Amino acid sequence: MLDLANSFDLIIPELILTGAGLLLLLVAAWGGDQLSRPIAILAATALFGAGIALVPDLHFGTDGPQTLAFNGLLRVDSFALFAKAMIYLAAIGALIIAPAFFASPAAGEERGMRAEYPILIIFASVGMSIMVSASDFMALYLGLELNSLAAYVLAAILRKDDRSAEAGLKYFVLGALASGILLYGMSLLYGFTGGTDFATVRAGLEGDLAYGPLFGLIFVMAGLAFKIAAVPFHMWTPDVYEGAPTPVTAFFATAPKVAAVALTARVVFDVFGGQVLAWQQIVMFAALASIVFGALGAIGQENLKRLLAYSSINNVGFILLGLAVADQAGASAMLIYLFIYVAMSLGSFTALLMLRGDDGDLFETFGDIKGLAVTQPALAWCLLLFMFSLAGIPPLLGFYSKFVVFQATVEAGLVVFAAIAIAASVIGAFYYIKFVKVMFFDEPAELVTGKSGMAHWVLLALTALIISPLGYLLTPSLTDLADKAARSLFFTI
Amino acid sequence: MIQALAFYLFAAIVVASAVMVILSRNPVHSVLWLILAFFNAAGLMVIVGAEFIAMLLVIVYVGAVAVLFLFVVMMLDIDFAAMRAGLVKNFPLGIAMALILLAELGLALGVYGAGGLELGDAAANDAAQNLGESNIEAIGRLLYGRYILLFEIAGIILLVAMIGAIVLTHRAPKPGARGRQDIGKQISRRPDEATVMKRPTIGEGVEL
Repeated sequence: MLDLANSFDLIIPELILTGAGLLLLLVAAWGGDQLSRPIAILAATALFGAGIALVPDLHFGTDGPQTLAFNGLLRVDSFALFAKAMIYLAAIGALIIAPAFFASPAAGEERGMRAEYPILIIFASVGMSIMVSASDFMALYLGLELNSLAAYVLAAILRKDDRSAEAGLKYFVLGALASGILLYGMSLLYGFTGGTDFATVRAGLEGDLAYGPLFGLIFVMAGLAFKIAAVPFHMWTPDVYEGAPTPVTAFFATAPKVAAVALTARVVFDVFGGQVLAWQQIVMFAALASIVFGALGAIGQENLKRLLAYSSINNVGFILLGLAVADQAGASAMLIYLFIYVAMSLGSFTALLMLRGDDGDLFETFGDIKGLAVTQPALAWCLLLFMFSLAGIPPLLGFYSKFVVFQATVEAGLVVFAAIAIAASVIGAFYYIKFVKVMFFDEPAELVTGKSGMAHWVLLALTALIISPLGYLLTPSLTDLADKAARSLFFTI
Repeated sequence: MIQALAFYLFAAIVVASAVMVILSRNPVHSVLWLILAFFNAAGLMVIVGAEFIAMLLVIVYVGAVAVLFLFVVMMLDIDFAAMRAGLVKNFPLGIAMALILLAELGLALGVYGAGGLELGDAAANDAAQNLGESNIEAIGRLLYGRYILLFEIAGIILLVAMIGAIVLTHRAPKPGARGRQDIGKQISRRPDEATVMKRPTIGEGVEL
């Protein structure tokens, strides 16, 4: 019978977050928008608390049957904990950078942060926690929808701003389509195997894959590719990233990306673990196509948010490359890449949010940052670090992440694919370096002159420190955690 | 025998009213036909012994359709004057539908008492009988036992949907804005301050 006490013990972070979300919702309902700042602080504290609750199990590593909660609906192993830790950190980042943005003229007619913003971030985090620990298609879908629903609203939260409303609508329509495709695939798998939990489906898929389950697999993979914005299902990304308010874009580029990638990893190894050849080619194609199209698509972009959107597509390609290797080393490399990617994205978006004019308005095109090195040297140097790191130029940590992925790919004998990825990353380096060229060698536009708050500087310095050469001090413990997580991912119960 | 009769009746009306949903020109009529279709689908469910789904159909679908009806009336540009003029014309149709529903209700209750329709091997397929409990008990046991987590997450999803709808549409009323109802002020209004007496001259309007 159901061991509720043990199950609840395993989902303590989710319980903390849900409780905090409901409580803060009451505060927001009575206090209104003028309390949004304390609510954001409390929400960040709750996320931090939930993260603290993860630490013991994350440190010692956990796998095996004791990680199953609610009769196998959830599987809270090292892999899930690692992903959750990244999600919570990214969500805290999205809370820290939000108030200044919503108070600036860039927020349009309705100034000031809505009190619901932190609450939606919290509920989205709950959904993502459930996504990464799901061990049943029903739990997976409910977690995904909880996250997506909150994300649609977050994208459109500046409702008087046309671009924000458009981003929300686009995200909603395409997200609903992706959910439909995913659900159709799940229903096929359920129909052909007779269960929704991963173990049953996996057992039902043993042996030669018939056409029915194969279609199920393809639909599930397509739905997941939509959610992680991998080519050929990436079309929504630039528009949504550009239109959504910048802190929300920073959130989209980090936390949900981690959750969706972790979910994909869990599905391909747990559900389709016996059918590696069937999904490996799909993931490999998506990976290489994302790397190439992400690099090519970014070249003509003028808007920095669009550029970072293509950059995220490009990075997802590398993450999927680690996944396509389909062994423990590949999964570990993927997790390391994911962590460094989160730090780089969060840092880049924080830097974008610091491109302020005298009146506090925010800039987001190449024309505005010309000669930034003269007006804001510290900011320009930080951006240089992030761009070089995203391009994978040593000695920055972005090089290490690409290195471990390539190493895993080559060791698995997939040398050709690694070579294509390296060639494409050279193309990708073009626009990262263009970014630096505009900042350092163009006539100063003298637009970015405004000051930014302390919180932004702290977050920027922290992320810059992680991706700087000093970040290599982190790599032993990071590798240790990623290895533990990858091992638990391959533990078949 | 009575089950087979009831089945053909319900099935025929489901199909016929579903066709009418598409064919009728007036959207309000379409919704009425839809309600009839749902009711008959519920009847079919009762016949196969799935009384819980039958109840859900009536409560959720017919209940939700009432809301849908409201939306149709609010969103579409329906000429209410023409609608009211058509009330007498539509009255017999409405009454006929209501009578059909009433008769079916009686029939469904009678059929439920007569036992389920024989579909293949009834004894082996009747989950309720095999488990020794009714469908509702079995569903409840799963929903609030094994799948309690999913049930609670679904609740949170609905909450988020509600927050989202409010965030995207609610506008805080500005102080002193028009359209705010002040009940105290309304009640304390006296006829002499709300009305004025005028003696209009012929051929000229009244100046207010």
